[in-house]
This record gives sequence, structure tokens and C-alpha cells, in this order.
Amino acid sequence: MADRAVTLIAAGLAAAVLLLLLAPLAALGLSTRSLALSEAELAALRFTLMQAALSAGLSVMLAVPVARALARRRFFGRDVLVATLGAPFILPVIVAVLGLLAVFGRAGWVNNGLALLGLPAFSIYGLQGVVLAHVFFNMPLAVRMILHGWQAIPAERFRLAASLGFTPAATLRHIEGPMLRAVLPGAALVIFVICLTSFAVALTLGGGPRATTVELAIYQALRFDFDLGAAARLALLQFALCAAAYAVATRISLPLGFGAGQGRTGGPPAPNGWRRGLDAVFITAAALFLALPLLAVVLNGVPGLRHLPASVWDAVLAAAVRSTLIALASTALALSAALVFALAAARGKGWPALAATLPLAASSLVLGTGLFLILQPLFRPADLALPVTMTINALLALPFAFRILLPETRTIYADYHRLGASLGMTGRAWLRWVVIPRLARPMGFAAGLVAALSMGDLGVIALFAGEGQATLPLLVQRLMGAYRLEAAASAALLLVLISFALFWAFDHWGRRYADA
Amino acid sequence: MLTLENLTITQGGFRLTADWQAKAGARIAVIGPSGAGKSTLLSVIGGFFAPQSGRVLWQGADITGLEPGARPITTVFQDQNLFPHLTIAQNLGLGISPNLRLTANDHARIETALDRTGLAGFGPRKPAQLSGGQQSRAALARALLRDKPVLVLDEPFAALGPALKAEMLGLVAELSHDSGATVLMVTHDPKDALAFAPLTCLVAGGAAHAPQPTADLLANPPPELAAYLG
Repeated sequence: MADRAVTLIAAGLAAAVLLLLLAPLAALGLSTRSLALSEAELAALRFTLMQAALSAGLSVMLAVPVARALARRRFFGRDVLVATLGAPFILPVIVAVLGLLAVFGRAGWVNNGLALLGLPAFSIYGLQGVVLAHVFFNMPLAVRMILHGWQAIPAERFRLAASLGFTPAATLRHIEGPMLRAVLPGAALVIFVICLTSFAVALTLGGGPRATTVELAIYQALRFDFDLGAAARLALLQFALCAAAYAVATRISLPLGFGAGQGRTGGPPAPNGWRRGLDAVFITAAALFLALPLLAVVLNGVPGLRHLPASVWDAVLAAAVRSTLIALASTALALSAALVFALAAARGKGWPALAATLPLAASSLVLGTGLFLILQPLFRPADLALPVTMTINALLALPFAFRILLPETRTIYADYHRLGASLGMTGRAWLRWVVIPRLARPMGFAAGLVAALSMGDLGVIALFAGEGQATLPLLVQRLMGAYRLEAAASAALLLVLISFALFWAFDHWGRRYADA
Repeated sequence: MLTLENLTITQGGFRLTADWQAKAGARIAVIGPSGAGKSTLLSVIGGFFAPQSGRVLWQGADITGLEPGARPITTVFQDQNLFPHLTIAQNLGLGISPNLRLTANDHARIETALDRTGLAGFGPRKPAQLSGGQQSRAALARALLRDKPVLVLDEPFAALGPALKAEMLGLVAELSHDSGATVLMVTHDPKDALAFAPLTCLVAGGAAHAPQPTADLLANPPPELAAYLG
């Protein structure tokens, strides 16, 4: 019967996920001679924790006033702005770095302005640059989480506060404060975990003894020093960090104890006067902070498209094709696995959810190093660059896809399982006529996210790729490293266009299919 | 003949027994206080919930272990009887072929079933475009197409107004009379039982009692039923 088939396939997939996680870890364990960290490795650990904590703290602190302004103001373009806050999540890191360099770099817009005013220049390299890039990516995420918290406060609470004559300070203390205390730790933790595995940002804006993350140190040990023992030791350290963060994150789930409202909406009260002006400042500043780097990518990328040398064009197009194929393949893999796990989890079992979210405890370079150690005696790593990248991208995207599919899959099971059973709908009929049509919207959204994430990923490919296997993000990074900034900008523009087009196409397909 | 043989149903601390037979073509109301286990009894007969012990038989054949769709039974639920993303015609087609491989003849049968239930022309619409009464008609039209000898109704008309409900009961009576189906229907309303079902099964005090003539049962209710009727 279909139930048992789903459970069996899910069990097989869970075994594959475990194998893909445990085999690299075992290889790392076997290759580690000594667990004692060198001075440089300790520095990498300290820097990783510090930049992650600073990035999380700053992102959340800056997000609070922006989220409050968005929660209580209604203006033209607000919905577009709130939707755009999701864009950094699918923006390739290397593209954002290029944009940030154009705005905050040595000869960037900000430093030109500072020079005009006779002020000292701001350096984007080192700790401040790494944190700046992380805030660029994660502050919008924090705004969305906190905005959600504000919108979850029933309008009745604010109405009651108004009828009792609460001052803004009293409203903050009795209504908004408890919400923030519930939401902020979770938001900060999520960002902290994301920043723990920072690789591409550290690779481009950090580096050196004072600004190297553990993830970057793994890459340097393997790629430059070819010190397999050190790479394995660092990878185990990184895994311990991620696993600890994962364990904490699964324990903290934050129920909001605000009670049920009658579904009235309206948001918090919108005071006039100087508070109105301040809200406008916060919203404008946040919008500019997000929009200017993207604008810079477009402005710098367009001219180059016309006079790129043919040899560079060929390399860019070949890399674009490789990246797109990897993205499509890992999307197919991650989505099918997520669907099977979601179907099995909807039947009330606990282990499929565990198997589907376990990859959160690993990172791209940890898995990559482990696989490198396993494969390197048998194959030339460069020959396997693309399949390995595809598999790891799919594995790391699985938890996101699973979480997006799970709620609606549960609803389908609760609402229609009995009806389907009474009509004798099993296996393919059930999948084709019920699951796919009803899941089309979240599936399209999840597929778009996975495709864009995989398209923009710059992680394990850097470990494996030889000259001929660069993906588009890696090529952008190499062009930057060779100071061919115009070519890098053009390739980055192409990269962001393909990423957003993939996201749009899948998401649009899901909506169209669901509405048909 | 539908046989419930020494059935014991347990769910947490809840326990219900049933041991009786009903003739083919009988119309039986299932009545009793809420929480007594009316719906649970029907889910065991329909195959959605396994009894702890005992058997369900149809015409002497044991169907206790069969999947819901493989039983000689059509269940009409309280709600969620139609897939909202499929058209009415597709929802009906699922009653003929669960994977919707339909021949021209099948499409003609769907049209006839729509006609019979007063839904002519509604085939291409989605369920949300139909009123509550029309959605109930569509569920009955699909039961008609499935053409199973037992029809189990778990209060499908509870959300309808009195006039509409009477109309639906009339339709069920008419359809089951024509097809000779055995009907079991949960209801809260003794008037429904009187109007529709010559026999009534009282579910109370941990037992689903053998069906008795409805008029007698209501005229001389045992204490549990008397308390429920008030």
C-alpha cells in the first residue's frame, strides 16, 4: 500500500542522508592526527565566533526600528519593500560582495563622499567588512522575523492599550517588549548560525591572520598548504560548532503567548509628530542600504557586457551553463527528497523530520573536505567537482525545502487522506491528482529558493574545481582575485539575472499551477 | 447482509462493542449522545480505523482487513467530501476511476449522475462555486457512480438548514431505493431517523445496540436515549 511504500522510500533516503553526513565525518576523524589547535587555528575560531556574534547582534538591533516602522506605517510601495526583504536570501553572496565593494570599497561611493568632506576613509576589508556584508544579508531576514512578531500581536491588545490611555513607553513595556523578548533571541540565533559557516564573504573581504573564519581556514589548509591533517582537524572543529548551534536551535522554539485574537488586523498604533519622521528615516535608510549595492552591480555590470573579450565571454557562458545545470539537478534532487520526507512526516512519524533537517548541522566545506579525503585516493578531485557540488548543494538545501513543504503536506493528509482512501486512490493517482496540485505553490517556492541558492553557491566547488570546472560564482571570485573588476561585474550581473530568473520561473509555475 | 461480529473498538480509554446483523437494503439511523462513538463505529465499518477484535462481514465475506477503497462501501463524510482543486466532474470521475482514466462512456455516466442529482451543467465548476447543498448533492452523485452496496453517511447534512436537509434525505432515500443499497446514517435529530430510517441503532453506554424499529425505539426510549432526547 502507498503508506508503506512512502515510509520505505523515506527510510532509504534517510539512510542516504546519514551516509552522506557520516562518511565524510568518519574520514575527517581518521585523518586527524592531533586535536591540538595551533595559534592560527585558535585565532580563526575566535574570529568566527566574534564576527558571528557581532553580525547577529547588529542585524537584530538595526532590524527592530525598521520592523516597527514597517509594522505601523502604510505607504506606497510598502508591500513591494516587504517582499524585497526576501531577496538577499537568494542573492548570490559573491554578487552582493561586489555591490558592497562598489558602495563601501576603497574607491566606492561612500569613501568618495567621506573624502569630499575631508574625513578618513572606511576600509571594507577585515572584521568590519565581514560584519557589514553579514548585516546586509541578515538584517532583512531579521526585519521579516520581527515584523511577523509585530503582526502576530492581536489588534485587540493595541485597542485595549489605547482605551487604557497607554503611553508609547507603556505599550512598549507591556505589549511590544514581551513580543521582542520572545522573538529576538531566536532571530539572533538563526543569524549567528548562518554566519558561523561564512565562507564566500570571509574569502573576499576577510583573510589574513586577523580575519579568517574556520570555514575559510579549512579551504586554505586544503587548497594552499595541502595539509590534510590540519584541514580535517579544522573541519571537525567547524562541525562541532555547527552541531552545537543546531542542538541549541532545536531546543529553542518560541511560542508567542499572546492568546487568540478575532483576526482583526491593523497593526500597532501609528503616532504622528517626530516619531513619524524617524520611521521614515529608518525605512529610507534600510531601503537604500539594500538597494544601492544592487544598483551598483547593475551599473558596473552593464557596460562590461559589450566589451568583454571573447575569451572571457566563452568562459563566462560555459560557467553559466555549468552552474545552471548544477542548480537544476540539485533542485530536482532536493525537492524529491523533501517531498518524500514531508509525506512520511505528515503520517505522524518523527524520524523523517530529523533526517531532513540533520544537514543543518553540517557545512559545505566540512562535507567537502570529508568527501575530498574519501575520493582523493581514487579519483582526480577536479573530475568530480560538478557531481560533488550538486550533491552537497542538494543536501544542504534539503532542510529548507522540507520545512517549506511540511505544513501544507500535513494539511493535505489531515483533510483528504480519508477521502482519498475511501475512493481507493493510492500511489500515483494520489500524487498526481491530490498532492502535486495542492502542493504546487509551496513546491514552486521551494524549488525557486533551492535553484537560486545552488546557482549562487560558492563553497565546496572552490575545493574541487580545477581550471575547467568553475561555476559562475567561482569565476566571478577568480576574476575579482585577478583584479579584472569590470569582467567580474558583468559575470556577476549575469549570475544574479539567472538566479532571480530561476527563482521567478519556479515560483511562478507553482502559483500558476495552483490557480489553474 | 452486513455483519458486525463481536466487534470491540478501543481508542485510548474509550471502548465500544457491537454484535449484530443488518439485512441488505436496510436503512438504519445511528443515534446517540455525542462522544458515544457513532462516528468511530462508522470509521471501523468504512475501514479507516481497525477494531481491537471482532470482524466486519459483507454477505458472509470478511472485509475487516481490507483497505477503505477496496470495501463494498462508500463513505460520505461530515465535510471534505470534494477535492477543492478538481472540477465537480473530476471529483465524480474519481468514483469511477481513482486515477481519472475515463472513457467516453464514463463521461456520459458522470453527466447522468449530475442530472439525477439536479446538478446538470455543474460539471466544469469547482466545489467552491457551489452552495453547501449542491456540494452534498455532488458527494451523493459520486456515491451513485461508485455503486457500492453499502452507503455510510457520517452526518453529511449537519451544516444544512432544515428544508435542505429534508430534501437531501429524500434524495438519499430515492437513490438507495433504486440501487437497493444498505444505508447507515449518523444523525442527531430523531425526526430525521423517523422520516428516513425504518431501523435505528442506538450507540450509548459503550455499546452499539442491534437496530430496532425506529418508531418503537423513540416511543419507548431506554434511559440513555431518554436522557439524550430530553
